[in-house]
Amino acid sequence: MLGRTANGLFWMFRYLERAENTARLLEAGFRMALTRDLQTAEAEWRSLVHTLGLKEVYERHHDSYIGHEVWNFILRDRENPNSVARMMDAMRANARVTRTAITTELWTAINTSWMEITALLKRPVSQGQVGEVVETIRRAGTLTHGAMEGTLLRFEGYHFARVGTFVERADNVARIIDMKYYLLLPSLRYVGSTMDTGQWEQVLRSVSGDRAYHWLNAGRIEARGIVEFLVLDRRFPRSLAYCHGELDEELACLAAIHGHEAHCHKLMHEAATILDHMTVDGIFEIGLHEFLTRFVDRNAAIAEAIAQDYRFLV
Amino acid sequence: MEQAANTFDEMRHEGGGVRPAYADYCEWFDQQPGDLLRRKHKDAEGSFRRTGITFNVYGEGEAEERLIPFDMVPRVITAAEWRRLTRGIEQRVSALNAFIHDLYHRQEIIRAGRVPERLFRHNEAWLPHMVGFTPPGGVYTHIVGIDLVRTGPGDWFVLEDNARTPSGVSYMLENRETMMAMFPELFTRVPVASVSDYPRRLAKSLAACAPDAARGKPTVAVLTPGIYNSAYYEHAFLADQMGAELVEGSDLRVVGGRVQMRTTRGYEPVDVLYRRVDDEFLDPLTFNPASVLGVPGIMDVYRSGGITIANAPGTGIADDKAIYSFMPEIVEFYTGSKPLLPNVQTWRCAEPDSLAYVLDNLAELVVKEVHGSGGYGMLIGPTASKKEIAAFRQKLCAKPGNYIAQPTLALSTCPIFTAKGLAPRHVDLRPFVLVSPDKIDITPGGLTRVALKKGSLVVNSSQGGGTKDTWVLKD
Repeated sequence: MLGRTANGLFWMFRYLERAENTARLLEAGFRMALTRDLQTAEAEWRSLVHTLGLKEVYERHHDSYIGHEVWNFILRDRENPNSVARMMDAMRANARVTRTAITTELWTAINTSWMEITALLKRPVSQGQVGEVVETIRRAGTLTHGAMEGTLLRFEGYHFARVGTFVERADNVARIIDMKYYLLLPSLRYVGSTMDTGQWEQVLRSVSGDRAYHWLNAGRIEARGIVEFLVLDRRFPRSLAYCHGELDEELACLAAIHGHEAHCHKLMHEAATILDHMTVDGIFEIGLHEFLTRFVDRNAAIAEAIAQDYRFLV
Repeated sequence: MEQAANTFDEMRHEGGGVRPAYADYCEWFDQQPGDLLRRKHKDAEGSFRRTGITFNVYGEGEAEERLIPFDMVPRVITAAEWRRLTRGIEQRVSALNAFIHDLYHRQEIIRAGRVPERLFRHNEAWLPHMVGFTPPGGVYTHIVGIDLVRTGPGDWFVLEDNARTPSGVSYMLENRETMMAMFPELFTRVPVASVSDYPRRLAKSLAACAPDAARGKPTVAVLTPGIYNSAYYEHAFLADQMGAELVEGSDLRVVGGRVQMRTTRGYEPVDVLYRRVDDEFLDPLTFNPASVLGVPGIMDVYRSGGITIANAPGTGIADDKAIYSFMPEIVEFYTGSKPLLPNVQTWRCAEPDSLAYVLDNLAELVVKEVHGSGGYGMLIGPTASKKEIAAFRQKLCAKPGNYIAQPTLALSTCPIFTAKGLAPRHVDLRPFVLVSPDKIDITPGGLTRVALKKGSLVVNSSQGGGTKDTWVLKD
């Protein structure tokens, strides 16, 4: 397979995952803002923009954090290089680049999703439409992954697509947990307050983990349990441990196809060992933010090594 | 149904009766409820859009993806007609190959005084690098599109030879797929020759032209300028259907005297490159140094027998419109017989007598730029305003050598499906021809382009033309 094709598959699924997680976060932020008065809502919107890493570019164009400005900025603003609309464009452009490596079903899933979302984002999104837009974006993810699972040959391209998915998901979920800890909570004295639990609830929702968590924990909302669930629980398909477990497996498949391991495998083994031996106490000992930062860095280093090892670019 | 005056309607006689080629189709058509057809017509468009069968148009700013309008009434050609056309095309295509070989070698046709030397001396498509070099298998133009027009029952003319990088074959295939999906029952009623094995035939034909350096089963790759190219869909489609890699210039590099592609395992050699980039972008070391579309050093590899490039660089010398006017002489010179498919009468404005005639008759003629394509830079006398004609006259007088002129042909019409029912529109036809060292292979079908505007003679997709499925009937 061409290195450029591998790169295209990897990024196509990274953009898809990023668009989906952005939509999930937006949904959580939107719900949080709905439960606040106007002033606190502004703080919620601000923290959302910060979490998405868009503070600088947002503030270059806006003076205040007003709901409809924020969600339109996140969803469709041309000034925002990471808007959902731009990510969908990038996803589809990568799909066109890899057209010869994907099935017609997969292409059609991507192309129709792109058409649908592009049409929805053609005009400013009103409050009443946010839910529909978010749902459409999430459905695009489900549809695309389903088309891939059901039709794509299990050749190296499949593994590169999955690698892209889990590298991105691991990164995004780590950032979502981090946002909760550092941006949503104005001060440590809120820990355990109703505001605290309400926010955790939204974080769980944003990764579609609320029901699973409640089922496992009988409705007990507290930081320790949630961190354990989102970081270490291998049963939950958006936890960090799950993402790196899958990533590890996908990389092992690539090594088997290619007949040897490369630098990315070494980094992956190190990351997996660290996570395998981690306990929730260990995480709080290191400090959640510190732990997450290191995780994100290790994850990024793996992604970079993959691109090098498999000759994604010249 | 309306009928255009003085034109040959391929479906119906002047009296309104259906011609034999269309008998089965019309019988079926008359049984279909109108609203069903209208609904299917809309569905077809949605299906093209979802499948992404689009071409890119460069406007101001960003490239826009457009659909080529698809008309669901097929164009039907009988087996006998098709046999006659293929004989003519085979003759013409073998003459084209012999001509290009001769031009880059002994130039006997020029010594014999059959075509003037000036034709290639100052021609931009002429590549000195090809002089004295014979491509693997002796094939120059591996994939050819011959544009034909029709004016009467047996009257077919060649309008243009596309010997460089003809496009449109993906539409031939997708149009058929669409028709079979929409009207499966039609294909059990009408014996239509299949076109679907074109990609397999293309792969086979290309592999048969592999260079000496190829080991084992030749590796074929399609070279595209990338996703913003107008024909990107077709490049991806053909690579996909052939099971070949779709490469861009940045994927290729000369390693160890071979052109190799960067795979996830390292560099692997390419034996046959079906390139869809123009000559001047092929090799920045030889041609345009600013180009990033091509492969530095590929021409050296080519000349040393390390790769087959399809179509061969320098092939364009055979398909500009100045050469076209000499095709009857060219065909006769290399095949020893009269052309089976005539040219459209052509005046070369470089010649004073012709220029004088053209200037006197601008309002009746079609004047084309010698190097133009896509229907741009031309004058269609009968539909042009006085002002347009005056402006064109100035351009023509300034550089007469840049132009040729042809009579306005009464192009045949085929009906298209409109909101008000069937309506005749002018059509042309581009059959696709594959050339390998021992075979000229013509797929029974082709791309029928159709002018969607009433009375219009312009069928180009870039000018608002559409396409329809082309049926060659089996005996």
